[in-house]
Amino acid sequence: MTTTLEAKNEARIVRASGFTKFLRKWALQIALTIVAILIWLFFLWRAPTTFKSYDIYNSLMLTTPFFALMAIPQTIVVIIKEIDLSFPSVMAWGVAAYELVFVATNNVWLGFIACLLAGLIAGLLNGLIVVNLGIPSLIATIGTQYLWRGVVMISTNGKGSGMVEVKDTVLYPLLTGKLFGKIPMEFFWVIILGALAWFFMNRHQYGAHVYLSGDNEDSARLMGVNVNSTKIIAFCLVGLVAAFAGFMVSESLLFFWPTMGDGYLLNTLASVFLGGTSVFGGTGTIYGTVVGAFVIAIIQPGIVASGWLAYWTQLIYGFIIVVSVAVQAVLRKRFI
Amino acid sequence: MTHVLELKNVSKTFGEVAALHHVNFHVGSNEIVGLLGDNGAGKSTLVKIITGYYQSDPGGEIYWKGEKIDHLSVPMARDLGIEIVYQERALADQQTLWRNIFLGREITNSWGLLDIQKMRNETKKLMSTVMGFTSSAVTPESTVGTFSGGERQGVAITRALYFEAELVMLDEPTMGLSLSETKKCLDFVAGIKAAGKSCIFIDHNIFHVYPVVDRIVVIDRGTIAGQYMKNELTLDELLDRLYRVAQTGSLDQNQSATK
Repeated sequence: MTTTLEAKNEARIVRASGFTKFLRKWALQIALTIVAILIWLFFLWRAPTTFKSYDIYNSLMLTTPFFALMAIPQTIVVIIKEIDLSFPSVMAWGVAAYELVFVATNNVWLGFIACLLAGLIAGLLNGLIVVNLGIPSLIATIGTQYLWRGVVMISTNGKGSGMVEVKDTVLYPLLTGKLFGKIPMEFFWVIILGALAWFFMNRHQYGAHVYLSGDNEDSARLMGVNVNSTKIIAFCLVGLVAAFAGFMVSESLLFFWPTMGDGYLLNTLASVFLGGTSVFGGTGTIYGTVVGAFVIAIIQPGIVASGWLAYWTQLIYGFIIVVSVAVQAVLRKRFI
Repeated sequence: MTHVLELKNVSKTFGEVAALHHVNFHVGSNEIVGLLGDNGAGKSTLVKIITGYYQSDPGGEIYWKGEKIDHLSVPMARDLGIEIVYQERALADQQTLWRNIFLGREITNSWGLLDIQKMRNETKKLMSTVMGFTSSAVTPESTVGTFSGGERQGVAITRALYFEAELVMLDEPTMGLSLSETKKCLDFVAGIKAAGKSCIFIDHNIFHVYPVVDRIVVIDRGTIAGQYMKNELTLDELLDRLYRVAQTGSLDQNQSATK
């Protein structure tokens, strides 16, 4: 039987409709999707010739994955309230490791494994420095960014090298071919990695520990979560995927250059934060990051196709990021 | 008689500070122990050693039901049946209720895959049976950061109870609670006794502690200053002794507070 007090308390509750509850639960993802669609519609209106052609979408599917892939594990690191700025150099370091092993063994697969291992080790180093030495990840990874770039320049003597040998292996069509003769494999790798990351973040205990550690590290430790290994794994993932992305970039051009990766830093980070991942930790989604990456990617070609100077790109990036984050904040306050 | 928990010669040093110094402490079966002391006395350090969060300095020994436990860790303590409701509640504000209930002890299969539906269902059951969340506005998906102080306390206590602890420790559980919430908390402590479990109740407020405990342990500056069965002294006598300890560091009546 309901007491008077319970009846009073219930009467105070503003009943939420099913639709409002849906909005509340998916506010960030909905906001980002709306922003992405609006931007696309805007460019479709401004430059219909370009945006009604498959070529622009093919180009986006070819180029966006190079930083979208790295944005996915970076999302995990930021959710856990850390950051990894070394990945542009690790991209190059992974391929440099491939070159070293290939030259020694003449085996592309061994070289590829060495590439991935090199990235993993770079990530592990970051994790150990941050966790065991207690150095803030911002500082630690700026340091390792220089470290790995230095290693690459020394090991390659600052010179690039061809990777034609990869063309004769299944790695070439697997990483940079076209599915059904039309859709770039690079795009599918983003979907595959995104799906895997989503699964582990939402359906596996590791993901639960990532969210909890980022939300309140002290609480997580008090309740027995191994925050240290959770962080180290996150850094390892960034290193591994950065090396993979670096190999993919080099393979697509059949050429490796030791300064590769430098141009991806801002786009990768922008994708993460535009996608709704909080710099304060504890919240963020893989879906948001992937959509955010394609929003970032579409801006520059959209601006150029609309007849504006490319200089407007930075301004528009900043505007879209501020507006998107503001919309997310408003929706979070309204519905959460 | 074998105690549920016994600490022998336990010390804990942080740098140059001896937070605990050769402490001998025990909790009997179905006993509620009130642990009292001033700020910085070492109460929280003591319970964190019991939960396995901190490790005692070398030389300290911990016994659980008469068996010596080496290298006690948080998961190990939980497996033994030791649960704690922390002063800071140890909740993740941006996460959902069900994630907080199962924080660090998610229900998974052998591959680590979460059984989310089970955790949601268990949380829903606990909401009405233990937490007293009868309002339809609160669901297992509700974010804990939106809860009141009493509701957050309810979540933390439910978490301790759900895993069938034999020893429940409450670290300042009534802090920040309303009158009705405080009463619920004290009723909960009485319920622990009725269920045959043991409890360590840490609080500054002697008026909350005294009515519900069997024995009182006073800790001061990292050492046990005194222990009393509740029926040995009145509340006023206890207050007097606590004041003397705080002022002089000793329960000796001859020592003046002005020294």
